[in-house]
Amino acid sequence: MAYKCVVLVKQVPDTANITGQAMKEDGTVNRAALPAIFNPDDLNALEMALSVKDEYGGQVTVLTMGPLRASEVLRESLYRGADRVILLSDRKFAGSDTLATSYALKCAVEKIGNYDLVFCGRQAIDGDTAQVGPQVAEKLNLPQITYAETIQSLENKVIIVERVFPRGREVVRCTLPCLLTVVGTANRPRPPKADRLFSFKLAAIPQEYSKLLEKWPEFETKEALDQYLDERGLKITVWDGSDIQIDYNRVGLNASPTKVTKVESIILQSEESKDFDANREGMEALVQELVAEYTI
Amino acid sequence: MSKTKEVWVFIEQEQGHVATVSLELLTKAQELAEKLGSRVCGLLMGSEIENLPDLVIHHGADKVFVIDHPELAIYRTLPYARVAIQLVKEHEPYIFLLGATPIGRDLAPRIASACKAGLTADCTALEIGDLERRDQSYTDLLYQIRPAFGGNIMATIVNPEMHPQMATVREGVMMLGKPDPSRHGERVSFEPQFEDSDFVLEVLERSIQPPTIDLKSASIIVSGGAGIGSKENFKLLYELAEALGGEVAGSRAAVDAGYIPEEQQVGQTGVTVRPRLYIAVGISGAVQHRAGMDQSNKIIAINKDPNAPIFEIADYKIVGDLNTVVPELIRIVKEGAELGEIHA
Repeated sequence: MAYKCVVLVKQVPDTANITGQAMKEDGTVNRAALPAIFNPDDLNALEMALSVKDEYGGQVTVLTMGPLRASEVLRESLYRGADRVILLSDRKFAGSDTLATSYALKCAVEKIGNYDLVFCGRQAIDGDTAQVGPQVAEKLNLPQITYAETIQSLENKVIIVERVFPRGREVVRCTLPCLLTVVGTANRPRPPKADRLFSFKLAAIPQEYSKLLEKWPEFETKEALDQYLDERGLKITVWDGSDIQIDYNRVGLNASPTKVTKVESIILQSEESKDFDANREGMEALVQELVAEYTI
Repeated sequence: MSKTKEVWVFIEQEQGHVATVSLELLTKAQELAEKLGSRVCGLLMGSEIENLPDLVIHHGADKVFVIDHPELAIYRTLPYARVAIQLVKEHEPYIFLLGATPIGRDLAPRIASACKAGLTADCTALEIGDLERRDQSYTDLLYQIRPAFGGNIMATIVNPEMHPQMATVREGVMMLGKPDPSRHGERVSFEPQFEDSDFVLEVLERSIQPPTIDLKSASIIVSGGAGIGSKENFKLLYELAEALGGEVAGSRAAVDAGYIPEEQQVGQTGVTVRPRLYIAVGISGAVQHRAGMDQSNKIIAINKDPNAPIFEIADYKIVGDLNTVVPELIRIVKEGAELGEIHA
């Protein structure tokens, strides 16, 4: 039987590759200097959903919440095999913490509706909280399977999943619908397919039309471009809060219980430090010092 | 809104063994409750756990909710969340702390979502403090301090209005206090109200191994980062650690690169260590990593980049290629050990 899958993905700053240029002089992070990437664990979540579709049939819908430029991860999802992609974007979402974010995502998943499986990455590299998946599950009243690594079987709407932890494993059986958060060791995400890359590189959200018209002046008007893209399934759906009947009192900075009050770069300084040369003499002097002070 | 300002700790147990992180949190909770003039309360769930409440009280709880039920024998999200949510809604704790373990990270967001509470993951420090914000003043809030943005900055997070103020903390971050067998506390039994839908998930198999390496109690740690370059090169660090009688650890970058297993990761998202000697090799020293090792007694940093932040906290600095420096160190330490000059 076929399964309807929804994958929640996030565009994140590439925090793993922060270099000197990305730090401002006051020690804060210059976000603009960081490349935005597909959150790594979310690629594993997408791969798991795509392999469910490969094996059992069904449909994979990818949903992301973020600014308009997050359309990039949706195009990437199309290249890899997603059937449908949706961008959830609204200025009033700005400043949402995990509680407010999970509420907005819940409303969007409900609008998608009729799902069997919701997949998320275990955590996003910009916050490392691992909270949004379980919070969406709670709000949708779904059971959750966190740390999911392998789907061992899927039959008649009953799933058996192996979970992995730093020091152990667990196998659970659950009746669908349910939500899984997928670990990075789950699989090797398939690369973008050449034919799909060719087909979907034009996929765009309406807010990107002016930029596209500069490249393809032959369309002349946004309406003409819109019609062209829509007919070919290349128009990426954008939802704002009103499209998903959101209660605006529950999103954004004011609706987020956690507030960041202080951000600082920590200047840690040891009281006094000694330099040693990177050669035999230097290492001998270092070892002598360590022995003299009873460190070794 | 909480009236009693109670500080709650989720007591994680597996087959009758209480997780160390829960006991560490009881120590911290005692300190917080003292500042608030309130009480520490443990939330203990499981099956046949009648001998555990004393341990929880000895480690700092004034009160323990004991939920002893056959359906709670093995952790499952929905039954555990059901109980915790019922108790939080009924008693409105002011602060609720959980270990940032696979179980704590599964359970805490579920509770926070249902109770509309703020939750901060992987805190490295917890303090009580005041806040002025938008012409409002708040007293006695929980400052939840954690490295943010990939560990490059330190952020203080507060939940001024929506309580409980929830936070998770990794094992080994907070100090474990000594138990006091003369302490007395109150035991409160609670009969949970489950629904059939709580049992939609079934655990077929579960195996958890005890930790193989105890980084927290190692007195010498040799640690490598992305700069090591390969799993092969990490063998040098094992050799140096063996010569010194120490353990090997790594930064998050080393774990991500597959050089060492996750349980050997030092830092905010790994283990916090306080050894006598910490040797950081090829580690640049993001806050994420430093948060887990800056309380080491002596720090040696070996890095080819003279501007690496790790040098800011190093007692001994060596700017150079680890492939020259580490073999020299190994040779000198081994010679010293043979001559009896080094008692590794």
